[in-house]
Amino acid sequence: MAFIDYYKTLGILKTATESDIKKAYRKLARKYHPDLNPNDKEAEQKFKEANEANEVLSNAENRKKYDEYGEHWQHAEEYEKAKQQEQYQRSAGNQHGGSYSEEDYSDFFGSMFGGRGQSSQGRSQHVKFKGQDFNAQLQLNLNDVYTTDKRTLTVNNKNIRITIPAGIENGQIIKIKGYGGKGVNNGPNGDLYIEFSILNNTAFQRDGNNLYVSVDLDLYKALLGGEIMVNTFDGKVKLTVKPETQNGTKVKLKGKGFPKYKKEGQFGDLYVTYNIKTPTKLTEKEKELFTELSKLR
Amino acid sequence: MDTTHLISITQFCTNYNVPVSFIDALQEYELVEITISESENYLKTNQLNDVEKMLRLHYDLEINFEGIDAIYNLLKQVEDLQSEITTLRNKLNFYENL
Repeated sequence: MAFIDYYKTLGILKTATESDIKKAYRKLARKYHPDLNPNDKEAEQKFKEANEANEVLSNAENRKKYDEYGEHWQHAEEYEKAKQQEQYQRSAGNQHGGSYSEEDYSDFFGSMFGGRGQSSQGRSQHVKFKGQDFNAQLQLNLNDVYTTDKRTLTVNNKNIRITIPAGIENGQIIKIKGYGGKGVNNGPNGDLYIEFSILNNTAFQRDGNNLYVSVDLDLYKALLGGEIMVNTFDGKVKLTVKPETQNGTKVKLKGKGFPKYKKEGQFGDLYVTYNIKTPTKLTEKEKELFTELSKLR
Repeated sequence: MDTTHLISITQFCTNYNVPVSFIDALQEYELVEITISESENYLKTNQLNDVEKMLRLHYDLEINFEGIDAIYNLLKQVEDLQSEITTLRNKLNFYENL
């Protein structure tokens, strides 16, 4: 692991007093605390770094080791032992003394984030804390979220079967309770937050629960009216075109839009825009007839 | 009264090792709702996440109750704004793809 300058992390000098360390840590903790920066990975990382720096520097003994051994401070025990061994060999009969037990080091980092650190107001070290919340992203096609679907996801080697309600929006986040990090001291597990990224690979445009689609209409159908078949999300429907329909006319097909999220059986509307196509490659006869028609106006 | 969705405040405070006065203070600031049933005070379990958050703000960051009240309201606003951003982003995509 790369060497981390804890003094730099907290923005203090090596000569900082205990109170300076506490002040600097509190300032950073208030700025980057995950409760104050929901879903902000960068803030979470900075908070962890500040926590780690504080864990080491706020403990006089650990700070001493860190100052003395710098990068290798975590192996201070081994250095100490080696030093003592050397002294012992040099002066036979000397007593061992002052070595650090393994326990002094065992859980420096175990108590980092949301851990068991004792607060200044003296809460016990055995306070139960909820585990860390996890974030994940799930990419689906628009077709996939037209109906309620069950999916099995693998998060941290755990299979989770989730129900994805029809009509979920792009960017929407759902919470799966208890599937986050393990709780501390038997506290409840954190939650899993899944953000949905919905790709639209259909001819329909979606705006909330409403769908929009353009259909081409030939000139004669637009002028004289008639029936056409239109694709909706769940099949074709027959649509009556009124005579003298103008280009860009919008018709609403009630209840043919996208399902409303968590409102079973309720749907938005489908808006169909007519795009009138005028005929090309006219024959001489057609040209003649159109000219005749134009003269009538 | 059905107490399935309730947690006794005494039990909560024992688990989290905080004085009952902490919950009382939160109630004074209308940050939690206390349910009373058969002379026992309860919190709704769906409030637990928020109470835990406030507990961390108070004890870990030494933020007083006025501060918690302000932060809590601002966080709610952030949440609402984030959801509005998502809706607007989707709307923008819709018009960009027209």
